[in-house]
Amino acid sequence: MNPIILKVMKPNKYMNPYLAGFLLGLVLLGTIYVTGRGLGASGAVKSMVLATVVKVAPEHSANTPYIKTYEEEHKGGPLKDWLVFEVIGVIIGAFFSGVISNRVGIKLERGPNITNRTRIIAAIIGGALFGLGSQLGRGCTSGAALSGMAVMSFGGIITMLAIFGSAYAVAYFFRKLWLK
Amino acid sequence: MGPLVPFIFSNEFNLIIALLAGIGFGFTLEQAGFSSTKKLVGLFYGYDFTVLKVFFTAGITAMIGVLLLGHFGLLDLSLIYVNPTFLKSALVGGAIMGVGFVVGGFCPGTGICAASIGKLDGLAFVFGSGLGVLFFVEGYPLFEKIYLADAWGPVLMNEKLGMSQILFAVLLTAFAFAAFYFTRLIENRVNGVHSKLPKEKVIIYSSAIGIAFLVLGIIAFVPDSKSQMESRINRQLNQKDVSSVMVPPDKLVTEIVNNYYKINIIDVRTPEAFKAYHLPFAINIPIEKMTAREWKTILNQKHKANYFYADDEQSAKKAYLWAVQLGNADSYILSEPALKFRKMFTDLVPPGVNASKNEINIYNFRQKAATDMATLVEALKNSNQPVEAKTTKIKGGC
Repeated sequence: MNPIILKVMKPNKYMNPYLAGFLLGLVLLGTIYVTGRGLGASGAVKSMVLATVVKVAPEHSANTPYIKTYEEEHKGGPLKDWLVFEVIGVIIGAFFSGVISNRVGIKLERGPNITNRTRIIAAIIGGALFGLGSQLGRGCTSGAALSGMAVMSFGGIITMLAIFGSAYAVAYFFRKLWLK
Repeated sequence: MGPLVPFIFSNEFNLIIALLAGIGFGFTLEQAGFSSTKKLVGLFYGYDFTVLKVFFTAGITAMIGVLLLGHFGLLDLSLIYVNPTFLKSALVGGAIMGVGFVVGGFCPGTGICAASIGKLDGLAFVFGSGLGVLFFVEGYPLFEKIYLADAWGPVLMNEKLGMSQILFAVLLTAFAFAAFYFTRLIENRVNGVHSKLPKEKVIIYSSAIGIAFLVLGIIAFVPDSKSQMESRINRQLNQKDVSSVMVPPDKLVTEIVNNYYKINIIDVRTPEAFKAYHLPFAINIPIEKMTAREWKTILNQKHKANYFYADDEQSAKKAYLWAVQLGNADSYILSEPALKFRKMFTDLVPPGVNASKNEINIYNFRQKAATDMATLVEALKNSNQPVEAKTTKIKGGC
């Protein structure tokens, strides 16, 4: 086999973390300079969920005060939202990065001692906790912690400390999910 | 001056910017390795601190950048979105997210990245986060109390700690660099390796640290653009001769009666003094607010001259100097204080029986002018209201 092709097919190494962080910081700074706001992720999930709920159960939505308030605040529909467009960008950017670094492909990553099924269930449960927490915390690691740090928001930094503090506190109990 | 939305870019175009920002965000996250769940949770088991390195570097880069742009007047820090603090909700939410991080192996942004390159666990995580949001939306009455408790508004970390922004920035930056150093030690120990940093990396890293503190030093010790302008104006206040732009009340009144549409009369006193008495057609811009963005368009109208007045000459002169500094050369100063003007026109006293012809002429002129102005004010009642310039507060957050 041609060794050059072999080399091309191998996933490239990840970028130096400090360089990646610096670039990410510049993206965030540029975003704040142009738009006056930071980056986010969980808000887009929320818009998607609400758009689905409104579509699937319009009657129920009309009777739920929370959804009604949200709809009043989003006159153009829940999907005409800054974060929805931003997350579409995230998908494009991440995919592009994956393509140029040979990392695209259907895959599942898990700890050595668990089955694929356990990994998927854990991912869904973890996602659900993160989704719920991000609503209470008014943002996730991107919107509250990272963007909050950039503008020195007390709330953002407190949320960040809570996220990482709690993760370290419980990491030991979930070590079987990840370690040998 | 930033932010450019909604002043230069419309809110519609802002969505295109969102798309571009997202592409940059997604690209760097994926390049950093955040699409790999093992790399992410390595943070919590000590074998891979990539998350901390990327996260902290990005945070301090953006934070220092924001301070730098604000310091030199390129970004209006009073307009950018600061996440509001709801203490209980932030702590409880954060704690729940932490558990979600360890169990699910992602956070929403990284989960989306992972799903984008075909990771099924990333997709499952994003699906799960949708369920979590749905649970919150449907169960909102359950969470409402804690969600809205302890609303402190957009407080800043440095305010809470009672220090200046720059001092907090220096401390956080120092903390980040210390964390990079110690996590490297931990990483080496957990992974059982004793790698030494190559020399070129040592050079690059130390210069990066040097540059970060240099920029922080510039912010701390170089006076910001507003105070530079202020000291320039204070210097001019004592030196510059402004007699050529001093306008006596009678001349201003003639302008008002004949050319009211060509002039701005600007009262730079306090709102209370303005309310008690002001010149016809005057608008109130307290002197300390003159640099605010909302007045820029009013102060810099191409075909309008600005006439400033106050209770004392110094304030009026200062306002004039600000206006010139901000770009409107066509500015003048009313030579008399506001209350003198009032005496001369509104509370006009008829001349005595023995008054000279000149005095009677002046009286007649002023009385006619006062009537004319009153008629004009009455006739233009609806159109002469200054447009309420509103500052937009930018919304953000997740």
